[in-house]
Amino acid sequence: MTTKTNIQKKDDIVVKFVGDSGDGMQLIGSILADNSAIMGNDIATFPDFPAEIRAPHNTIAGVSGFQIRIGQKKLKTCGDDCDVMLFMNPASLKSNLKWAKKNAILIIDSDAFDNKAIEKAGYQTNPLNNNSLKDYIVIQAPITNMTKQCLSKLEIDNKLAERSKNMFALGMIMYLLNRKVDITYKYFEKKFAKNPLIIKINKIVLNAGFEYASTRKEFETTYEIPPAKLEKGKYRNITGNNATAWGFLAASEKSGRPLYLGSYPITPATEILVELAKHKSLGAKVFQAEDEIAGICSAIGASFTGSLAITTTSGPGLSLKTEAIGLAVMTELPLVIVDVQRGGPSTGLPTKSEQSDLYQALFGRNGECPVIVIAAPSPANCFYFAYEAARLSLEHMTPVILLTDGMLGFGSELFKIPKVVDLPPINPPIAQPNDPEYKPYKRDEKTLVRKWALPGTEGLRHRVGGLEKENITGNVSTDPLNHELMVTLRNKKVELVAERIPEQEIFGEKQGDLLVVSWGGTYGSVSSAVEYAQSIGIKVSHAHFNYIMPLPKNTETVLAGFKKILVCELNAGQFVNYLKMKYPKYNYLQYNKVQALPFTVKELVEKFNQILKEN
Amino acid sequence: MIQNTIERSNVELTKEDFVSDQMVKWCPGCGNHAILAAIENVFPKIGYRKENFCIVSGIGCSSRFPYYVNTYGFHGIHGRATAIASGVKIANPRLSVWIATGDGDAMAIGGNHFIHIVRRNIDVNIILFNNMIYALTKGQYSPTTPMGHVTKTSPYGTIEHPFNTGELVLGAQGTFFARATDNNIKMMTEIMFEAAKHDGTSVIEILQNCVIYNDKIHNIITSKETKDDYQLHLKNGEPMIFGKNKDKGIRLTGTRLEVVQLGVNNITENDILVHDQYQQDPGIHLMLAKMQPPLFPVALGVIRSAMYPTYDDLIEEQINNAKQNSNIRSVDDLLNSGDDVWEIK
Repeated sequence: MTTKTNIQKKDDIVVKFVGDSGDGMQLIGSILADNSAIMGNDIATFPDFPAEIRAPHNTIAGVSGFQIRIGQKKLKTCGDDCDVMLFMNPASLKSNLKWAKKNAILIIDSDAFDNKAIEKAGYQTNPLNNNSLKDYIVIQAPITNMTKQCLSKLEIDNKLAERSKNMFALGMIMYLLNRKVDITYKYFEKKFAKNPLIIKINKIVLNAGFEYASTRKEFETTYEIPPAKLEKGKYRNITGNNATAWGFLAASEKSGRPLYLGSYPITPATEILVELAKHKSLGAKVFQAEDEIAGICSAIGASFTGSLAITTTSGPGLSLKTEAIGLAVMTELPLVIVDVQRGGPSTGLPTKSEQSDLYQALFGRNGECPVIVIAAPSPANCFYFAYEAARLSLEHMTPVILLTDGMLGFGSELFKIPKVVDLPPINPPIAQPNDPEYKPYKRDEKTLVRKWALPGTEGLRHRVGGLEKENITGNVSTDPLNHELMVTLRNKKVELVAERIPEQEIFGEKQGDLLVVSWGGTYGSVSSAVEYAQSIGIKVSHAHFNYIMPLPKNTETVLAGFKKILVCELNAGQFVNYLKMKYPKYNYLQYNKVQALPFTVKELVEKFNQILKEN
Repeated sequence: MIQNTIERSNVELTKEDFVSDQMVKWCPGCGNHAILAAIENVFPKIGYRKENFCIVSGIGCSSRFPYYVNTYGFHGIHGRATAIASGVKIANPRLSVWIATGDGDAMAIGGNHFIHIVRRNIDVNIILFNNMIYALTKGQYSPTTPMGHVTKTSPYGTIEHPFNTGELVLGAQGTFFARATDNNIKMMTEIMFEAAKHDGTSVIEILQNCVIYNDKIHNIITSKETKDDYQLHLKNGEPMIFGKNKDKGIRLTGTRLEVVQLGVNNITENDILVHDQYQQDPGIHLMLAKMQPPLFPVALGVIRSAMYPTYDDLIEEQINNAKQNSNIRSVDDLLNSGDDVWEIK
């Protein structure tokens, strides 16, 4: 074993594990993430996997990746390009090399590069021998064979031995990044407590990889990412989908309204359903419905009885729920609809992320049918935005659409654990028994919110439904003027929510040549780009919107301070058109990307520069 | 075994407690009026607090029902009454939940939700008004319209095989199925009471006459001249005898039912099948549900009432167990649970 001659400190480092679908890349990715979180770093992760469960072996279609960024400062994205990459087969190299920085360290399982696999990946010649990797530091290692070798004494079957090769690779990377192996040993002991053989195998292989790395001269320089300087408090790593689920549980506890989820599995939203199904001890009632429509309709039924009712889905499912959202608008019942957006239209790109459901969320219903729309900015913040969606819905007796996306849902970051007592109160307007003043559609004068009279309550029997209501009494009415009044009231009720949400903030100067506007899940990349641009002297400000309908009441003031407004979004221009519709007199430019990929900081900064140079 | 958690009224209720102040807007002569009368009869008899009744409906003539009964009510959207009611009952099992739906609402646009609520055995009562036509949209054929029937959308006669409601319910593993005609308020009241007693999804099919778009569709079963020969009134534990002179019966021959004449070929009451509505095996119930004129009478009354656990009981049980056994008792517990929580001091 060589001694580490040189440990270089880094602010942050981006690692990506790439291999075949069955190679266990997601597992070692999340192990490294947990290890780094426990070592005190900030982390951001994103899994990048195909829609197929196991596409044909060694094909591009079957490539599965996991990106992790480890830092000593607050991380807002998991990084554009990678410093270290692991390639477990030729197809992973072929499809992912484009994400490697120049001079990146590439760790490659040379055992997987046989002629057949090379050909299957679409290479004409072996990429390891044709000088195509000259811009990188390439570490070829016979990972598969060394894994089998280190397990030879255990007399386990070859397949099981071979399957552990991901741990060998992880061991190498843990050496390179100066990670503490003990933390991961403890993880094995807990995770595989029921299977001591697996614990043993994983420890042996991980250690072998770690030791092997110490013998390679390419690893004479290793990297250290010192712990992040974080605020005092407790932390954990959390994915956006789990954070969403937990935010709802917190809102349920705080409001005293039992949680009811009616959902149907759909990528990339399923994990919210899966997570909430675990928490029966907190009283969560989770109903896996026969379809998307039954999911939302059962939630509306539960809302009628007084539950915090939720349905979770992705774009195609939101289409199916459309009619029922109208019913919730008409009956003025609280309901949260989560859309974890993916690439569309139709089935589209199920495992990839996009922001293209905004129009659907804002306008996709029959009739004049306003709902509150909010969008979460980052994985951990999904907790607060789920909570906020529940709060607005319960207090304003109206459906709320919460937009997240696949990148947020699957992505993870550090989450500073809050205390429920510190979260804002939630006070739903529940009608009291025998209230002589109660009328189903009588409203609070200020907020226009009607009261929630729960079945079972004495003296409040009433009926609601999808037919137009007479103002105040709630009786069925086809009266023309009453209809117009009710349309106005429903619109106004949602507009008045602007009084209850925070004002729009600007990062940077309040006036200037260029305001960069973004919304929802692109917060990390766009704010990183603006921050970087400002640090190199580019004059640019940033407004990131999380409240979409209604917009914060100072929105126009924010826009008015700038000569040009550049709206960046991962669609063909939906938010920019919404702003144009609301505030037409400003000079809007747009930057759109519809590749089901996030923005990179580099491309955004280039765009800012280009715009500032024009005119 | 199953505890009924619905609170009972401490005063005796009457029909007047459930009469709504809304004008009933069904056509004069419509069978729905009688169904409404039966509901007003049965709700006070069931004895729950009046605030604990909840009626849910979808779309169609039948679905105006919630407006005409003074309970908590929800008039939903087309086909979704069973899905909405599922959420009502799961979220609040202390409500007595009733669904008013029609043949189109339940078995065409809402067919998926209908079979799934039945399969799950959620404790609700579904009153399915079967007039074999789409009435509120003015006369198109429905999934129960007889083959060949001429309607506005089948000017040359329908070319679709109709559903038999009972067969569909039993195929979906239904635990309760009953049938009545809309001109027999007494029978409707009786079977609604039986349905209320049953723990699980109860489906009551009412053969209902639409005077405007499908008048006399059930005539062979309901008319004075033929009804005695085409109605079999099932009573648990009693032989299946029918006919004007009570001289016909249903016999199981091999694997099939047949109509036999008492007194002919030495057939006596002992040869006649005795009704067992509580039998778990749905075989005979299915055959009874499928009987149709002209070869058979139509089976009326409670055809099946089998005991199985209900979804709403099971979910409560799981929640209670989890509450007793889990370390996670609050959201703060949850937020701080697991192995990957660490602290910066």
